[in-house]
Amino acid sequence: MPTSNEHILRSYDDELSRLKGELARMGQIAVAQIEGAMDVLERRDSRAAERVILNDEAIDQLEASVSHDVLLLLARRQPMARDLREVMAALRIAADIERIGDYAANVAKRTIALNLSAPIPPAANLPTLAETAIDLVRDVLIAYRESDPDLARLVWERDVELDALYTSLFRELLTYMMEDSRNITPATHVLFMAKNIERIGDHATNIAENVWFLATGTPLEEPRKKGDLTATGAVDPERPRKD
Amino acid sequence: MTDAAVLSQPLAPATVSATKIVARGLDFFYQGYHALKNVNMDVPERRVTAIIGPSGCGKSTLLRIFNRIYAIYPKLEARGEVLLDGENILDARYPLNRLRSKVGMVFQKPVPFPMSIFENIAYGIRHHERLSKSEMDMRVELALRQAALWDEAKDKLKQSALGLSGGQQQRLCIARAIALKPEVLLLDEPTSSLDPIATGRIEQLIEELKRDFTIVIVTHNMQQAARVSDKTAFMYMGELIEFGDTEKIFTKPDKKQTEDYITGRFG
Amino acid sequence: MSDNTWMYRRRRLGNALALVLGSLATLFGLSWLAWILWVTISKGMSALSPALFTQLTPPPPGDGGGLANAFFGSVMVSLIALLIGTPIGIGAGLWLAEYAQRRALGTVVRFLNDILLSAPSIVLGLFVYSLVVKPLGHFSALAGGLALALIVLPVVVRTTDEMLRLVPSTMREAALSLGVPQWKVIVQILLRSARAGVVTGILLALARITGETAPLLFTALNNQYWNHDLLKPIATVPVVIFQFAMSPYDGWHALAWAGALVVTAFVLVLSLLSRLLLARTKVTHD
Repeated sequence: MPTSNEHILRSYDDELSRLKGELARMGQIAVAQIEGAMDVLERRDSRAAERVILNDEAIDQLEASVSHDVLLLLARRQPMARDLREVMAALRIAADIERIGDYAANVAKRTIALNLSAPIPPAANLPTLAETAIDLVRDVLIAYRESDPDLARLVWERDVELDALYTSLFRELLTYMMEDSRNITPATHVLFMAKNIERIGDHATNIAENVWFLATGTPLEEPRKKGDLTATGAVDPERPRKD
Repeated sequence: MTDAAVLSQPLAPATVSATKIVARGLDFFYQGYHALKNVNMDVPERRVTAIIGPSGCGKSTLLRIFNRIYAIYPKLEARGEVLLDGENILDARYPLNRLRSKVGMVFQKPVPFPMSIFENIAYGIRHHERLSKSEMDMRVELALRQAALWDEAKDKLKQSALGLSGGQQQRLCIARAIALKPEVLLLDEPTSSLDPIATGRIEQLIEELKRDFTIVIVTHNMQQAARVSDKTAFMYMGELIEFGDTEKIFTKPDKKQTEDYITGRFG
Repeated sequence: MSDNTWMYRRRRLGNALALVLGSLATLFGLSWLAWILWVTISKGMSALSPALFTQLTPPPPGDGGGLANAFFGSVMVSLIALLIGTPIGIGAGLWLAEYAQRRALGTVVRFLNDILLSAPSIVLGLFVYSLVVKPLGHFSALAGGLALALIVLPVVVRTTDEMLRLVPSTMREAALSLGVPQWKVIVQILLRSARAGVVTGILLALARITGETAPLLFTALNNQYWNHDLLKPIATVPVVIFQFAMSPYDGWHALAWAGALVVTAFVLVLSLLSRLLLARTKVTHD
């Protein structure tokens, strides 16, 4: 039987690739937003932080147009099998990227608060955390673009690194707060920022799971190693995660 | 559990069902043309099995073997085995009369007989059973009720069936087939000449009928196969390419050919 | 632009020319028909009277009298023809359409039937003459009926065959899939849905034999008196018309015209009836 990667109806392909394009654009902006947040953190530039916060609107708009396109596609094409997974994955991935954008904006928002007090050294660890998160988001977006389940799985597994970084930063911040109660306010802000970045990693793994399902048709389900032990106080590393 | 994992779970657990029809090494020849090639298939009892595939793939041919209706034309030959409850219906000794009363069929275009609505249904029954007038009345009513046509037809049972709408005519044909109390119901593109509303009614009917009958439906409409069936068979060029749970066929088929066909990438 | 206009004009001109020529040809054909009808009606009306249907054919020189015995004879002969031709014709049509559909023998029979359909009626008359009249030694109503039956037969075979083949094959399959045997399906379902067409065929066959003269000359001959014995010669309208029209007597001429008018009217009614029947079935088939 002759097989093909293109639909008999070419406009169907156009609509699917348009969807992919919108998601790629969302991903680019989200990554830029995390970088921007780190930039304003380093420069302690509250004005620039406002711009990062405002930029989130662009991601929200793109998510709305993805939803709209998905709705149209479902109504018009009644996608089946791989196409159906493609459309569903697009919808879910868009939601994850939108959350990533929100977290980036939150980080930017906290820099404004952070700028009100003196800089504390642990904040210098945030960019490292953010770089790892950005790496995960970038890779998972590539995995999505290439429909590469192996790369997606790699991202999924690498979330542990981010969790580990977050756990060590958490301990460091606790120490700072115990040392000097005046550090509590900025340290709490940094803690929240770190938590936001850690959440970005979680959304990257969500996306990885969707890419895996999209490419293979089976769920990615294998107990994943957990690096974030802050919630349990490093009691049970094998505890299955619920998110 | 992750969301993706939830999605891959069956919507309803596939309860075990006995096998009603078994095709083994089935070949079909049409004046020397090899129309079906070594088809092996297990049709589960009281389930809906859909057969899909492009025109000329042999899906109708396969359906028409299940009640040997092909045999009314000369120069057609089926080889292999088709077991209905374990008995080979292709065996010349299998009585045609019994086969046809066990396996009913509904065709692409509704073909009511040129007689009254009542007679359309009574006609087939009369051939197989001797019933009193009141028994016959009850049987006709039952069949019309099962085919969801009773309310529309009860006041005009004596009128010609040709006066019914296309959708009603098709339900009449279904009533006519199930009036014989068959065990298997073969539907050959039953909605291809109907509008969406009439199609919806037939699909609703199929859902209700599968409690009592084993249904095999041939359809060009893949969404329809996805909607109404429990099992789906994909055929191409006389071969059964893939046969499995409908849910799997339409979300994650094993074969590339199946995937290409159901996603409209056939080319 | 001017090219287009020129082409457009030429097309319009061609169209108008074809229309005019076609209309003229139709008019030419119809005018003869109108003329025949006019002559038949005008000459026949004057001789039309109750006596036409009650009195026997008058002896020469033929004043007064009617065509009662000829009408009766025609009815008898046609009845015999239909009684013989219809059942055999329907049977053969059924066989052709249902059993011999894809067989070589069917094709041969269908071809032979077509030959019979277009055979000159005088040949059929001669055939019956040598087959029945000669051995029996005298002309008879039965022989006339047989000759006409040979005309009825192919018409009925043809229409039954055609009409059954128009019944959708799914109707056959639907009935057979109920486990009903083939002969029952054919008689109870297929013939029923082809009924109107078959009846039309019979009506048309009747219309055709009503006016037949040639085969009757060799078989039923004629009879000046009332006869209801099938083995004796019998008078029929067409033959009487033929005889009277050739005669030198005015009274016979008038009767011939009246007879012609009645036969024409009868054929017209039959044709209309069959049209009506066909039109009705078309509506119910959709």
